[in-house]
Amino acid sequence: MSFSDYFKQLDLDKLSMQLYSCTANDVERALAAPQRDIDHLMALLSPAASAYLEQMAQQAYQITRQRFGANIGMYLPLYLSNLCANECDYCGFSMSNKLKRKTLSDDELIAEISIIKQRGFDSILLVSGEHETKVGIDYFSHVLPIVKQHFSYVAIEVQPLKTEEYQALVALGLDAVMVYQETYQPITYAKHHTRGKKQDFVYRLTTPERVASAGVDKIGLGVLLGLDDWRLDALLMGYHLSYLERRFWRSRYSISLPRLRPCTGGVTPKVELTDKGLVQMICAFRLFNAQLEISLSTREEPSFRNNLLPLGVTNISAGSSTEPGGYQNPNTQLDQFEISDERSASEMANTMRTIGLNPVWKDWEKAWC
Amino acid sequence: MLTIADHQFESRLFTGTGKFSDTETMLAALSTSQSQLVTLAMKRIDLSKNFDDLLTPLQEMGVKLLPNTAGARTAKEAIFAAELAREMLGTNWVKLEIHPDPKYLMPDAIETLAAASVLCEKGFTVLPYVHADPVLCRRLEEVGCAAVMPLGSPIGSNQGLATEPFLEIIIEQANIPVVIDAGIGAPSQACRAMEMGADAVLVNTAIASSANPQHMATCFKDAVNTGRMAYLAGLGSVTKHAEHTSPLTQFLES
Repeated sequence: MSFSDYFKQLDLDKLSMQLYSCTANDVERALAAPQRDIDHLMALLSPAASAYLEQMAQQAYQITRQRFGANIGMYLPLYLSNLCANECDYCGFSMSNKLKRKTLSDDELIAEISIIKQRGFDSILLVSGEHETKVGIDYFSHVLPIVKQHFSYVAIEVQPLKTEEYQALVALGLDAVMVYQETYQPITYAKHHTRGKKQDFVYRLTTPERVASAGVDKIGLGVLLGLDDWRLDALLMGYHLSYLERRFWRSRYSISLPRLRPCTGGVTPKVELTDKGLVQMICAFRLFNAQLEISLSTREEPSFRNNLLPLGVTNISAGSSTEPGGYQNPNTQLDQFEISDERSASEMANTMRTIGLNPVWKDWEKAWC
Repeated sequence: MLTIADHQFESRLFTGTGKFSDTETMLAALSTSQSQLVTLAMKRIDLSKNFDDLLTPLQEMGVKLLPNTAGARTAKEAIFAAELAREMLGTNWVKLEIHPDPKYLMPDAIETLAAASVLCEKGFTVLPYVHADPVLCRRLEEVGCAAVMPLGSPIGSNQGLATEPFLEIIIEQANIPVVIDAGIGAPSQACRAMEMGADAVLVNTAIASSANPQHMATCFKDAVNTGRMAYLAGLGSVTKHAEHTSPLTQFLES
């Protein structure tokens, strides 16, 4: 059974009601449970758990340190293209935005790689808008071998692909795929995705299964926090994660928890996720899943990022650019969204060391593909 | 003295390097532990640099390095990592770790035996990390492994010797050293492993993630020594009934 079949059986209204009906007793049971399941995650994401934030944080810290030690993986996004054939009202790359469009040439790509390597990174996230004719499998197949020469770990965040396309990229050195559902609530999803292939909720929902079938090492899930009720979206992502872990046990999993940021032509959040709410969400997922990797991007403010780091985060970016060619030529107004933490990678690494965390630049073998 | 392959060790506490907050803390803990064999993951080493934050200080410290293949999911990947280690670090020693399951990091017996066979034929000194499976340990001994490293419980779990009955069988049957690796979370558990007759233990998480790694390293060093001495002294047998210290039939012997 595909997750989309399983998902159809879920009654979202009923789940939402259960989520908001969780009591202090439910939360305490979840906190005391030696092994946690989806019902425990529900309790930990519920409003009732907000009174237990310190206990959750303490446990999240302990679990993370035991599982990952003091290590935080360092990665950087490299934007390949801002071409996009979708209309998404929260994204700067949206097709109707009057934005100068650009796809990196080989020379531009190598120039970006050179700068990123100088900063010490060995783990890279290739990002593009979703334009399958101009920035599709042929382009990725061309780019990946170039990138893999310089980085041990290569992830992509691009449009959903077919299983055989993922297989071809794995053979060229692909290690991870980030594919964010944005929201697991179909009505909200339809409202925000009004043109292009991204309108297909189910095709996107089943992408992680195609990724896992192709033998990709790590799969990243995510929701864009603010499009709708974050508690329910987070819970549904937990269902998705549980399904994938049970069926595709060889893959590693990560989640990303981006809050909606200002962008060209972008919408304002429907439901604001406060700092307290984001802390609750990170801790809830860490308590739910000890081995889950949790990524934190530069969308968050520096001081807040510093405080989040010990609570369950395992991977961070630093000194990021969100525009194609942005490392070589910054501030050309081609970016996807505004970043909030503009500290360089070395500044971030030094900050981490002062709070007892160890920045890890390399954690993979290039030849494992 | 513990002999593994061509090398002798005074310390029976082997240590890891993976979870410390910084290099200084790691070096202080390793130094205090008096460990003479330290394992490190090849996937963490950046061989393109002249100075690696993890590798270079360990080399300067003078301990014997045991490169491991953590991260490898197949025999092929592990063999590659071992060959890389031999080429770059000049050692034919390898801790063979193959775990395709990222959740519990359980070792893959099938891939491990396959990789061990190849690596032993290629002249490596192979120390495989395996489940506490007595038959598998015998098979690994047959293909030429220098030691076996059965787990006490899942890696990093601090659950101690959950596999104790099987470890006892492995220790009883082995003709090569048995190093209990994974899950040892307290000095008392390390002590127990040594009391059972294990030749050594490998500890990482319990030291690295403690509030005071250097102090914890001392505790483990002492516990391992105590456990070993207790084993050599010979533990009394365990019975369900009381044993009189002054037997009633002693008069028959006089």
